Amino acid sequence: MNWLAAIGAWALRGLGSWGRSALFFVDLMAALPAALRRFGLVVSQIHAIGNRSLVIILASGMAVGFVLALQMYYALATYGAAESLGLVVNLSLVRELGPVVTALLFAGRAGTSLTAEIGLMKAGEQIAALELMAIDPRQRVLAPRFLAGAISMPLLAIMFSGIGISGAWVVAVGLIGIDPGNFWSIQQSGVDVWRDVGNGVIKSGVFGIICTAVALYQGYVTEATPEGVAYATTRTVVISSLSVLGMDFILTALMFSTR
Amino acid sequence: MAKKSIETLVGLFVLMGIAALLFVALKAANLASFTNGQTYGLQARFDNIGGLKVRAPVRSAGVVVGRVTSIKLDPKTYQGVVSLQISSGVEFPKDSSAKILTAGLLGDQYIGIDPGADEKNFVAGDVIKQTQSAIVLENLIGQMLLSKAGDAGNENGDKK
Repeated sequence: MNWLAAIGAWALRGLGSWGRSALFFVDLMAALPAALRRFGLVVSQIHAIGNRSLVIILASGMAVGFVLALQMYYALATYGAAESLGLVVNLSLVRELGPVVTALLFAGRAGTSLTAEIGLMKAGEQIAALELMAIDPRQRVLAPRFLAGAISMPLLAIMFSGIGISGAWVVAVGLIGIDPGNFWSIQQSGVDVWRDVGNGVIKSGVFGIICTAVALYQGYVTEATPEGVAYATTRTVVISSLSVLGMDFILTALMFSTR
Repeated sequence: MAKKSIETLVGLFVLMGIAALLFVALKAANLASFTNGQTYGLQARFDNIGGLKVRAPVRSAGVVVGRVTSIKLDPKTYQGVVSLQISSGVEFPKDSSAKILTAGLLGDQYIGIDPGADEKNFVAGDVIKQTQSAIVLENLIGQMLLSKAGDAGNENGDKK
């Protein structure tokens, strides 16, 4: 009967971690109003999460725009449709690559630092010290970081798309020699602000919430040892990346399904 | 001082995000064209709408004057009922005709309106009566094959 008990223990552990993370999320939501009242904390966290991720996001966006334009050109030129290069790059960036790649980079750049920071706070018993001083660590430590992540992520994603489209412009107009007027006008007739850009922004907001919440949860429940923090940091990247990719499929199916 | 400079940097960050959003929305998407301005509705019935989609442009003389807002099937006549929104500065005579055309050989389909000569103009809610359906490539090829077969038959007949 040992194997039966093993299955039971496995299921209970799994359900328990789901329940704990859901309860953690509810607590986090309840702590948000307190963080909004002290917005200075949120601002300094946006600096830590958003501003410091700026360079890697802009560099990656530029690179993706360059490469996408070059690759798409060879495929499109075969069909004599090289003029619509801008449209293809724009749609793939705004709908998919902008939110998703930014979220993956965000999980690697900002999510890990959040997990490690909170994990070390816990290891150094700073969280316990806050509780002793009757300060709710969720309001003082977690909620400002959560808000900062949820605000920064859509901004980073739209910057990624914007710089990617500019990069595609450099390649398409500068290198390949596509007419700049056509480059923009085909995009303007093919990209809808609400359907494409708006849904991309909604996606990136959802991804920001997922990545930040996962990072905070992993940091908060980590074992307060060096190995525990290392393990939690790894789990942050793995879980956020997988949930972003899974969520992306669901959101895409909901948003862009053919009517 | 340190706090001030952090606030400035965050302000810069937020501004950059908004600038990127404006850039994408205005320069690389269609917010600048066709969002504001009054429009009026027309309908057109087609025997076959081909691959026409909602939000496809309506053009007259190649100039975009409106958009397709909905496509339905009339359950009685089995015709496709296409609703159009035309910008209100543009009015067409009552005997104007609507065609479903294709941009390029394989491009997107759009509705072209050829103005007629009637003295009265369409008003909101009118139905465009003279329409020409989309050209379906399969039908076209079928017709071509038939006429080729017909020619071949005639030639054989002449020889005999």
